[in-house]
Amino acid sequence: MIKVDVAVIGGGPAGLAAALSARENGAEKVLIIERDARLGGILSQCIHNGFGLHMFNEELTGPEYADRYIRRVEQSDIEVMLNTMVLEVTRSKTIHCINSDRGYITVEAGALILAMGCRERTRGALNIAGDRPSGVYTAGSAQYMVNMQNFMPGRKVVILGSGDIGLIMARRMTWEGAEVKMVCELMNYSAGLNRNIAQCLVDYDIPLKFNHTVVKIHGRSRLEGVTIAKVDEKLKPIKESFEYVECDTLLLSVGLIPENELTDNLQVDMNPVTKGAVVDETRQTSLEGVFACGNVLHVHDLVDNVSKEADIAGRNAAQYLKNSIERTREIKVKSGENIRYTLPNYIRTDIDKLDIYYRVTKTIKPAVVDVYADGVKLKSKKLLVLNPGEMETINIDIPVDAREISVEARENI
Amino acid sequence: MIYDVAVIGAGVSGGSAAMELSKYNLKVVILEKALDAAMGATKANSGIVHAGYDCEPGTLMAKLNVEGSAMMEKLCENLKVPYERCGSFVVGFDDDDKKKIEELYQRGIENGVENMEIIDGEEARKIERHLSHDVKWALYAKTAGIVSPYELAIAMCDNAVENGAEIMLDFEVTSIEKKGNFIISSPGKSIEARYVVNAAGIYADKISKIAGAEEFEILPRRGEYILFDKKAESKVSTVIFQTPSKMGKGVLTAPTVHGNMFIGPDAQDMDDKEDKSTTIEGLNYIKEMAARSVTKIDYSRIITQFSGLRAVYSGKKDFYIKNSDMLPGFVNVAGICSPGLSASPAIGVMVRELLQKAGLEMKENKNYNPVRNVPKPFSEMNEEEINEAYQNDSKYGRIICRCETVTEAEIVAAIHSNVPALTVDSIKRRTRGTSGRCQGGFCGPRILEILSRELNKEPNEIVKSDKNAYIVDSRLREDKHND
Amino acid sequence: MKKEMEMTCIVCPVGCVMHAEMDGENIQVTGNGCKRGYTYAVNEMTNPTRMVTSSVLVKGGDMPLVSVKTKEAVPKGKIDEIVSLIKQAEVKAPVNIGDVIIKNAAGTNVDVIATRNVG
Repeated sequence: MIKVDVAVIGGGPAGLAAALSARENGAEKVLIIERDARLGGILSQCIHNGFGLHMFNEELTGPEYADRYIRRVEQSDIEVMLNTMVLEVTRSKTIHCINSDRGYITVEAGALILAMGCRERTRGALNIAGDRPSGVYTAGSAQYMVNMQNFMPGRKVVILGSGDIGLIMARRMTWEGAEVKMVCELMNYSAGLNRNIAQCLVDYDIPLKFNHTVVKIHGRSRLEGVTIAKVDEKLKPIKESFEYVECDTLLLSVGLIPENELTDNLQVDMNPVTKGAVVDETRQTSLEGVFACGNVLHVHDLVDNVSKEADIAGRNAAQYLKNSIERTREIKVKSGENIRYTLPNYIRTDIDKLDIYYRVTKTIKPAVVDVYADGVKLKSKKLLVLNPGEMETINIDIPVDAREISVEARENI
Repeated sequence: MIYDVAVIGAGVSGGSAAMELSKYNLKVVILEKALDAAMGATKANSGIVHAGYDCEPGTLMAKLNVEGSAMMEKLCENLKVPYERCGSFVVGFDDDDKKKIEELYQRGIENGVENMEIIDGEEARKIERHLSHDVKWALYAKTAGIVSPYELAIAMCDNAVENGAEIMLDFEVTSIEKKGNFIISSPGKSIEARYVVNAAGIYADKISKIAGAEEFEILPRRGEYILFDKKAESKVSTVIFQTPSKMGKGVLTAPTVHGNMFIGPDAQDMDDKEDKSTTIEGLNYIKEMAARSVTKIDYSRIITQFSGLRAVYSGKKDFYIKNSDMLPGFVNVAGICSPGLSASPAIGVMVRELLQKAGLEMKENKNYNPVRNVPKPFSEMNEEEINEAYQNDSKYGRIICRCETVTEAEIVAAIHSNVPALTVDSIKRRTRGTSGRCQGGFCGPRILEILSRELNKEPNEIVKSDKNAYIVDSRLREDKHND
Repeated sequence: MKKEMEMTCIVCPVGCVMHAEMDGENIQVTGNGCKRGYTYAVNEMTNPTRMVTSSVLVKGGDMPLVSVKTKEAVPKGKIDEIVSLIKQAEVKAPVNIGDVIIKNAAGTNVDVIATRNVG
């Protein structure tokens, strides 16, 4: 049995920053439990640039961004257990895990930080009909094969979904000599960054087909082709538009889901929209002493925001150990019109200022965001555009007697 | 080497026959064209152990169903195959359905099925809370159960091999000649055997024909399925049938032994014996039909969809299990569609009896071990058991599949087992690795590496299912200078 | 010589659709929402540059590949050549983050450097 002050599950960007922040804020014994052979999480395989503009004011690749934190962890006395899978977490913050060096390990933690990240949606979740050949991969799996394993998945590629990983993989596969035939996107907008569309698709004349999806998979052994279709306003495939496209590889970049399997054991309140835990401004879940940050809490578009969020969770985990998180109230933060979700979901301590993170349900251009406290407008902010793919923040002053805060977005007419 | 018996096909029928024969001092070989056992009709069916009320009294189906179903529990316990006697409902929505349910009940009585009762919807919903409120009547059969069909077939083959039989994978029978003994050939290889059991599933008609035995026809009837996550909220705990139609037992909603839920199958008569694709229409149809039986199916929790081909005999609605009149020593085990899985334990016994009738002498194999020696899955171990397993093999400390908690030790063991796992899908069927909610997104590439290492093959030689289902095209960077 | 380009601005999330025309020295940009968009369009017309990120084979390391990048953005026209240099390259472990893997790649005066440690 190992006893620690703060146990962090996951050694990706969230876990690294949370552990450092917990340690720097006074937690003495901090442990990171990581299932992979190295720290860094998904950043290890994201070898493209574009990370860290907000955090470091420079443009880093994924491994470089991770390295900034890994170095600091290595220089600290934070303990790291690699190749270690957590099997179960209990409500009393006992962690059962296993690794090949030490076998079964039980860890008892004063505070627990959930930083398990997320996973990709699969073909099954999309309910695509057809055969079940090899050659159908999530974009992230293909990225792992290419960048970590030195494997080339295939040669003729169709990509479904225009998430950033899919766009990045389009360029990566092209550079490696594959023919990327097209990217199909169900919606009429892309969840990916304009920059990635320009530099990964437009540069290589790869068509981005909006309102298109894959309806059938062909190939009894290896993938031989897919049937694509245009969809109508209700996102239903239009029969007359069916078109066969020959390919040996289909990459799916159709969304990420927080990896909350362990969280389920803890029976904390979950947010059905984010598929992550419900948290307050300290990033504490409904179970005291259990914090969550990064993609396990809600899927982020920028790693810089993950690091910021993890910093909050780590700092508060350290505060929790000192008994200095005082829950004096419960203000609910609600998602109003056109807001998909906000974070945090509650305000419980005596703070007077707060950054509310939010995501909109649709593109609004130009936009106004209004924040209300019990129906009274607190703040308005004008923005050139609000995209569902991008998380935004708004800073507010919290009225002392507020009971409910609500965020709304609308077109700025 | 001259084998006493060659069993063609490593599905539940062939596996059961081989296992039964391995209880005697016979040299038995199983010939399987695929890279694994259980790749035909066995792989993708409902996994139901039917109580036996459904079959026409007096048929082989009725007899073997009731017998097989009675043998199943003990067999699964011995073979360490997941089995659960969860009970089943046939639900009815109106008076017509009630009449059919009463007929089924009567048939069950005739077939010797025990523990059945007809109850009303309200009572049924007390047992299965997810039943739709439109359900007015139900035939409740407590002896019905569920089993993992592919694990059963693999385990039966494994047990046969453990007790002296051999299995040859990748052996596609292309010719059978009788020159005294049978010479059975696959491209580039052949074996000799005194007796042949044709358990070739959907291709049993073709095998019988090329051997020069009776000509008959096996029709492929496709059924599509949708599989749900263990965490789906509407997960049922009993098997729910609708009143049967001409094409089969209707769309059902049922749990799996691994804690998932599925809906399906539909029934489509096919021309193509290889077409195991799912269709938009088929998937929509089963969704529509399943919605009649149960409330609120959680479609956000779909893991995957698949289809299977049932092997249906074109003649009288029954199994076709008999000694060939035209070709002595050749036994046909054909048309094993539903309730073939339920009947399979009894099918093996019947095949053995037919061989004895055909003149094959056999003495009991005194060393026969009915119990399969396989360790408990890691996911079911407690802390103490994990520690013990880890002390013996540190590969128990490395989890490869996180969704189903499968260790490297279990994957390596599967690769080197009696019926070796040579493909990624073979590992899935033995260990559950890649079968969880991420569908191999995380562990697939890692299992590829383990297969490549253990089989000493290049990564691009590792396949998902069959020989042409390569997973990676090549290495990204080839090591050009070998220094 | 006349040249025309249609492009989506990548400077900020608004993603203005811009049209740029070049006639000799004279460049005209329309559709841009701000000054930064104008600069981007002019660069794309005159000297578009990109970062290249890829992997190089490592021998004797704990990973088969080391991820690499061009230290700065390189002219778009040089990408193909740099990508093929990267495919040919080979290094021995250990490799440290920042190590120069290819010096002055394709005559661009830009080095290709390692972006991770491989032990």
